[in-house]
Amino acid sequence: MDACDGPDCRETIKELDTFLDDELSDGARLAIRHHLEGCTDCLQAFDFHAELKQVIAEKCHHDEMPADLLSRIERCFDLDFDGDGRIG
Amino acid sequence: MADQADFAAEAMQYAPQLYSAAMRMTRNRADAEDLVQETYLKGYRSFHTFSEGTNLRAWLFRILTNTYINKYRAKQRRPDETELGDIEDLYLYKQISTSRDAGLGRSAEESLMEMLPDDEVKQALEALPDNFRLPVILADVEGFAYKEIAEMLDIPIGTVMSRLHRGRKAMQKALHDYALARGLVAVDVAGSGSDSPVQEN
Repeated sequence: MDACDGPDCRETIKELDTFLDDELSDGARLAIRHHLEGCTDCLQAFDFHAELKQVIAEKCHHDEMPADLLSRIERCFDLDFDGDGRIG
Repeated sequence: MADQADFAAEAMQYAPQLYSAAMRMTRNRADAEDLVQETYLKGYRSFHTFSEGTNLRAWLFRILTNTYINKYRAKQRRPDETELGDIEDLYLYKQISTSRDAGLGRSAEESLMEMLPDDEVKQALEALPDNFRLPVILADVEGFAYKEIAEMLDIPIGTVMSRLHRGRKAMQKALHDYALARGLVAVDVAGSGSDSPVQEN
């Protein structure tokens, strides 16, 4: 695959992480958007990674917490009578 | 100054997120439960140092991360970053585009969400060495900003960025390897010169 090989494309792909992480300045973000509007290859690569990031967040985020964990934790607060972080 | 009496009411809502992150960090339920419990006890104990109006969620994640690093990292020695290997940019994307007939078994309509099993995504993340796994958990799963992650891990922002970049690529390679193992990806049909471990068929 030879897509994304021009100098503009290389500069754009270099900012893929910072763009998707919303860490770019407004100016830099606009420049990327401008390039993506005219470059299907880069746009596809960006879309793929945006989707992948969403998938990772979604699939790694929903572990079922043991039912009694919250009550166990709150019981510890109650037992820490003098607030020194130790039970009792 | 935050009042300790308010701690439970304000902080307990974040327990499910902290627990999921703890699972990705420790990779097992028992340690994850201990880690979350210890995080809350430390939070409770030091809540008077929390400045109200700042981000309680980030504050709790910082405690979680530090507790994990101090308590568990030592006992789970993992290969460090030099062993992560050099993986090309856009790794998974290029692999999928290259083996386009089978492309991870993806049809035009099928989303990555349907294509990648939950367990494989979790495994790919959990297989990363700590140095890379923590930034990826904090950025990609929990959505923290580079600056917040840099503070939590006590490393420069540039280091956060490079570890994220390399950790993500390693995760993509793992996801591709799992798909290969499931026989869903045509092996190097186009002779892309991939450096992935090629499965002999």
